[in-house]
Amino acid sequence: MTKYRVNKTKHVDQTKTVSFDFDGKSYHGFEGDTLASALLSNGVHLVGRSFKYHRPRGIMSCGSEEPNAICQINEDTNLTEPNVRATEIELYEGLKASSQNCWPSVNFDIGGINNLISPFIPAGFYYKTFMWPKSFWKKIYEPLIRWSAGLGKSPTKPDPELYDHKHVHCDVLIIGGGISGIIASKISAKNNLKTILIEDKNILGGSTIFQKNENYKINDKYSGAWIDEEIAELKKLDNLTIKTRTSLAAYHSYNYLLAKENISDHLPLDKRNGGIRQRLWKIRADKVIVATGAIERPLVFNNNDRPGIMLSNSVKKYLDFYGVSCGFNNVIFTNNDSAYETAVSLKEKGISVEMIDIRKKSNSKIVKNAEKLGVKIYWNSTVVNTFGHKKINSIEIMNLSEDGSNVVGDKNRINCDCLALSGGWTPMVHMHTQSGGKLDFREIDQTFIPKEIDENHINVGSCNGDFELEEIINNTNKKVKNFLKVSETEFDNTSILNSKELDKRNLWLLPNYISEGKCKSFIDFQNDSTAKDIKLALREGFKSIEHVKRYTTTGMATDQGKLSNMHALGIIADTAGVKMGTLGTTTFRPPFTPLTFGSIVGRSVGKFFDIIRKTSIHEWHIQNNAKFENVGQWKRPWYYPIDDEDLHDAVQRESKAARDSAGILDASTLGKIDIQGTDASEFLNRVYTNAWSKLGIGKCRYGLMLNEDGMVYDDGVTTRLGENHYLMTTTTGGAANVLSKLEDYLQTEWPELDVYLTSVTDHYSTASICGPNSKKILTKIFPDKDFSDETFPHMSYQNAKIDEINCRIMRISFTGELSYEINIESKYGKSLWEKCIEAGKEFKITPYGTETMHLLRAEKGFIIVGQDTDGTMTPIDLQMDWIVSKKKYDFIGKRSLYRSDTIREDRKQLVGLLTDDPNEILEEGAQIVSDISKKPIEMIGHVTSSYFSPNLNKSIALAVVKSGKKMNGQKLIVPMENKNINVTVSDSVFLDKENKRINA
Amino acid sequence: MFLINCPYCGERDQSEFSCGGEAHIVRPKQPTELSDDQWAEYLFMRKNIKGVQFERWNHAHGCRKWFNMVRDTSNDKIHAVYKMGEKPPLE
Repeated sequence: MTKYRVNKTKHVDQTKTVSFDFDGKSYHGFEGDTLASALLSNGVHLVGRSFKYHRPRGIMSCGSEEPNAICQINEDTNLTEPNVRATEIELYEGLKASSQNCWPSVNFDIGGINNLISPFIPAGFYYKTFMWPKSFWKKIYEPLIRWSAGLGKSPTKPDPELYDHKHVHCDVLIIGGGISGIIASKISAKNNLKTILIEDKNILGGSTIFQKNENYKINDKYSGAWIDEEIAELKKLDNLTIKTRTSLAAYHSYNYLLAKENISDHLPLDKRNGGIRQRLWKIRADKVIVATGAIERPLVFNNNDRPGIMLSNSVKKYLDFYGVSCGFNNVIFTNNDSAYETAVSLKEKGISVEMIDIRKKSNSKIVKNAEKLGVKIYWNSTVVNTFGHKKINSIEIMNLSEDGSNVVGDKNRINCDCLALSGGWTPMVHMHTQSGGKLDFREIDQTFIPKEIDENHINVGSCNGDFELEEIINNTNKKVKNFLKVSETEFDNTSILNSKELDKRNLWLLPNYISEGKCKSFIDFQNDSTAKDIKLALREGFKSIEHVKRYTTTGMATDQGKLSNMHALGIIADTAGVKMGTLGTTTFRPPFTPLTFGSIVGRSVGKFFDIIRKTSIHEWHIQNNAKFENVGQWKRPWYYPIDDEDLHDAVQRESKAARDSAGILDASTLGKIDIQGTDASEFLNRVYTNAWSKLGIGKCRYGLMLNEDGMVYDDGVTTRLGENHYLMTTTTGGAANVLSKLEDYLQTEWPELDVYLTSVTDHYSTASICGPNSKKILTKIFPDKDFSDETFPHMSYQNAKIDEINCRIMRISFTGELSYEINIESKYGKSLWEKCIEAGKEFKITPYGTETMHLLRAEKGFIIVGQDTDGTMTPIDLQMDWIVSKKKYDFIGKRSLYRSDTIREDRKQLVGLLTDDPNEILEEGAQIVSDISKKPIEMIGHVTSSYFSPNLNKSIALAVVKSGKKMNGQKLIVPMENKNINVTVSDSVFLDKENKRINA
Repeated sequence: MFLINCPYCGERDQSEFSCGGEAHIVRPKQPTELSDDQWAEYLFMRKNIKGVQFERWNHAHGCRKWFNMVRDTSNDKIHAVYKMGEKPPLE
């Protein structure tokens, strides 16, 4: 046992030694320790350097509010994690931790020079200094700032661990397992409500569990002993789920909360066994009881940041919970009674302690108790300076003037090895305000307390501003009874003994004989902002608390200002002469403590990152060496290379085969919407630009769909299957949006129409066979069917059977070739496809992918919505006037086609482009200009599609160009990085302008 | 994250729904008879109130039905949910 481990407690098992490394040195702690308590038990206070001035810093607290003791753990492994609070890491065998923000080491840190030059780096230093010269920014300032900024190091290897999400519902969720949370849980669970209690520590009981003081008793027991019994009973309740090591991250509206459960972070690395590391709980609770407690405030005075300066209640917890004395020569500096509990605890164990109290007196029982034990108290005094470089060794104190605004008398030096601070308590109102709750300011102890507004959410205990034991128990009991509509509870007649605090005095910034400019009175320890910085910001004209916060970075470190925000507000209020209540607070935003990316992402990693949709023919594509392209969530064959063909070679071969003999495409991904109802024809009339009433049964028609603003939205072929029955196809990527848009119109604008829409995209697989030999192949597959142009013309459909399985055959074409699409129920898709390949063998049928499909349609000048259009193209811009009905009274987008903007003649219009050098292939997206002599050069359009056509043996492109319609034959220029490419505007149909091949 | 009471399915998580903007903007019956300004008023102009707003919502990952909702955009309190075609509740 080390000399600092002075006390045996039941929470730390001193028979079980745990060894760990800190900054490369080996130490021992015990099971039940945190990294912080184990370090303190070895006398290690110096654990890091501050962010800006690189001042030595030590452990300050024992919880999530810790600003200084943030470490990198397990460095150089793929499990490394930066910015972890030593006060929250449960010690395990083999833990390796190191301090951050120091180089070369925490004991000798080069950056410490910043401390010496600190008068020259005040608030806003970066904004003011790195302004000029401009050329310095990229090569000097930015690399320098990047090197010196930041805290820990991010892991560079993939995270091997598993994370999980869990959705739960409950009647009552209780946040915080301290005394008020335990009372609330018991009342709730005993009244038949499904209750969840979450607690971020590994055990319940909060700060009551280590309380063993004559002045605080419940039912004649020490409050610590009483709560032990309560916890034992709580664990037996059926309706209650207790989740320890689970911290609340966010409280959203309608009682939707996120909590992170640590499952394996406390286990040695070799015992984690690849299980789940953390689980994010997504909780929807009917009612929420917040019992998150309060955080002790530090005090703000000169040099209040040395290692060995800690929070008073933390010193008590290290002593009474972990059995560790943070010093042997303690001084406690306070403005309230609660610090005397620490003094009594220390004194009872025979450890030296003196009190410095800014108040003039206190008559409460706990103070009398301390005095009786012989604790020396310096009343009406303040600390004006501290000494000791890597650990505090002495302090200087002076008396306060009558009003507390100044110091008087002589300086008095006191030696010490630990200075505990107690500036009163700040209720943790984060959860309340995250949920939308407002705050009230309470003058007497200068706290913001929750203003209850929501009938499904209350705050109890010290997070509600109840600090005395009696208030906590009685008010919690009363509030929870009311909230859960319970008439009586076991806590109704609890006898409580407690020392009441009567005298309060609050000074946000303690006065000093040293001039303000020379004082280093830290407010935000992690971001190194001082009282001086805040005052400077005010002098420079920053008035709003939100602005002061950002300018000085107060409260913006990883601890989110848990210790600093109140002092910043207090000093602003005092300096500006306004009331704190009217100043308001900065916004508390989630997460309350940092979340790992892993817990946010959960299982949505790797192949589960997004949904993958595969057609029923997917396996065949893989076996035949297809390269895939993502289209929405679909995997579509992109091209099928043979041997070592690249994309270009494969596409040239596939395209030629499709026009010379036969090609086959998996078209299953196209959106398919089944439309039925007596008003189906009228419905299509309203949603497409062309007319549908006269389409015969068994016929197909191409349709163009606009948005109400007149811009092209989607296109596809729709087939009339029966009198009141259509099958609409949409683009692959647009399927879901088209269906939802059509549903929208049906439900909201035209509820009188009798039309029913059903998505059948996944129900059918589609094999599209094109090329001059396609008819022969179809005849082989369907020997009984007559495929002559008379009985089965272009743009028509027929039913057919393969081995008793029904199919639909559509004779439609997206390539300009003679072409058939066979639709079959998805489960038969692969066998249909294999039949087509078999039948096509003698014609060298060639499977082709999306790239060849794009090339073939571009040869014919067919647009692809989303490639040649971008939401700003009308059908007129696309030179597709022929598809816009002049006779129809109305359709979606019609009125917008003659708005003043859409009838402009200089809109961008779709044209063909031919390069003067037929072997030059334009880049898609390249800009188009007409005149390069006049600067700035006007960009008049861009290339939307570009390919080398093997069938025409030249490069072809589609483009949108201002006033393009009138430019046929005109020379334009496509400027590239290293050359200007000369092009000529052409017709957008490059091949078979007479449409002869469709009936070839 | 709201809890929305779909008039067809009951209470469901907000993630099942999508918002379709301001409610009660009726598509003109005779668009061709409107001036550019009148058409633009229908097409583009939407309110963005801090306070009580009438909105269209769709139970996109549920029954796919559209309905209307009265929501206070300043605190996300939902005051009413009603079916398409039903009269909005009086304020």
